[in-house]
Amino acid sequence: MRHHLILRVVSKLLIPFILLYALYVQFHGDFGPGGGFQAGVIFAAAFVLYALIFGVQAARKAFPDSWLAILIPLGVLIFAGTGIASLLLGGTFLDYDVLASTPTGGQHLGILVVEFGVGVTVTAVMIAIFFAYAGRTHEIQDDDW
Amino acid sequence: MLELFLDKYNYWIVVVLMMIGLYIVIARGNLVKKIVGLNVFQTSVFMFYISLGKAEGGTAPILTGKPELFSNPLPHVLILTAIVVGIATTALGLALVVRIRESYDTIEEDELEGMDNAVVTTERARLGTGDAA
Amino acid sequence: MESGIVNILVDISLMTLLGITAIGIVRSRNLFATAMLSGIYSLISAAVFVTLDAVDVAFTEAAVGAGISTVLMLGAMTLTRRSEKHAIKLHIGPLFVTIGIGAALIYGTVDMPPFGSTDAPGFQHIVPEYIAGSRDDIQVPNIVTSILASYRGFDTLGETAVIFAAGIGVLFLLGRRREDEEADESSNSGKGEDA
Repeated sequence: MRHHLILRVVSKLLIPFILLYALYVQFHGDFGPGGGFQAGVIFAAAFVLYALIFGVQAARKAFPDSWLAILIPLGVLIFAGTGIASLLLGGTFLDYDVLASTPTGGQHLGILVVEFGVGVTVTAVMIAIFFAYAGRTHEIQDDDW
Repeated sequence: MLELFLDKYNYWIVVVLMMIGLYIVIARGNLVKKIVGLNVFQTSVFMFYISLGKAEGGTAPILTGKPELFSNPLPHVLILTAIVVGIATTALGLALVVRIRESYDTIEEDELEGMDNAVVTTERARLGTGDAA
Repeated sequence: MESGIVNILVDISLMTLLGITAIGIVRSRNLFATAMLSGIYSLISAAVFVTLDAVDVAFTEAAVGAGISTVLMLGAMTLTRRSEKHAIKLHIGPLFVTIGIGAALIYGTVDMPPFGSTDAPGFQHIVPEYIAGSRDDIQVPNIVTSILASYRGFDTLGETAVIFAAGIGVLFLLGRRREDEEADESSNSGKGEDA
């Protein structure tokens, strides 16, 4: 895709905003539509776009495989760890009431952390799946279509 | 009759879409096409669940401070996670298709079955002659 | 009443578009067209979810179904074939099976609560508690988020684990390969391109 100038310029402009929007969806999920699942997919979509336009090698450099190996389990561990933390603080598993001084504050904190864990795992899994497919694909030439 | 239609039309259309998905899964032999069919089926099931949660005159389940009538948020939660799990399992299915294509060089169901049967037949023949000797 | 009729018309026209797209998927032999049509199907169904007040679900469906899933379909297609081998023809057996199952399901809907009814069992029991709890105890405006992360946190933990497991599965099947397979692939690279 060397010569697709418009695609390259436009996607370069768009990718930071897509990432920012993903973060907005992630952390504004308490107030409007959104949350970890959607944010994770949008965040991954930014990297998919980058890989489609600038090549899979460049995208792998931007998001190395070693990060994926850490981030995929990390999200699940954050989620489960919140449950363990509430157990240790004297509540039941995933009972966020005990996480902060007031039950409502605890619920807010718990929801934020748990949604973050979901977002991390979904992002990493979606990027890993895309890289797994793209790593096997032969470069599609323009005249193939 | 019109009342029955207005009460149920959403469910009926969803059932028709669901059956189109099922038809693709059963009738087409191409494995990628089968997975697309499963996706159509799956999305129709999602629509059925969401239809069950719709409240006439209700609004999206986001609190604004005023007393309002909300659509049922529980199916929304179930389907939201189901969509993301659905794409993860679809990716797994497509990965299996890619590996099948690499091993058999085809993704048509009847050809795969033919190859497997041929292997079984030759294996049986080999074992049969082995016993005779 | 006026807005009710508009709602029904919007709903029926979106559903008709969905039906046309689904029939397009059945009739098309080109897998590229099939992948694009399934993306369109997802996008239209996201619009249907908005009309049914499920904004969170619509959001997810638009991002997942029309975005990531189409890219994955295209990725899988370039690794396999561009079109189906066999011509599209009507298969009588599957047709009867689907018509039979469809008729049974439609017969089942006759006893269901009417569409949009708030007297339905799904609206009783736990749901009013979730809405009141979300307002008074958790104080998170988006009820879907509070149910997802708090009331049904255990459920969501399970779903996250399923995504984790599926991701690991894909990496096992398609992930990094050993050196000898890599060499094998480069000698066979001509084979993949004629597909």
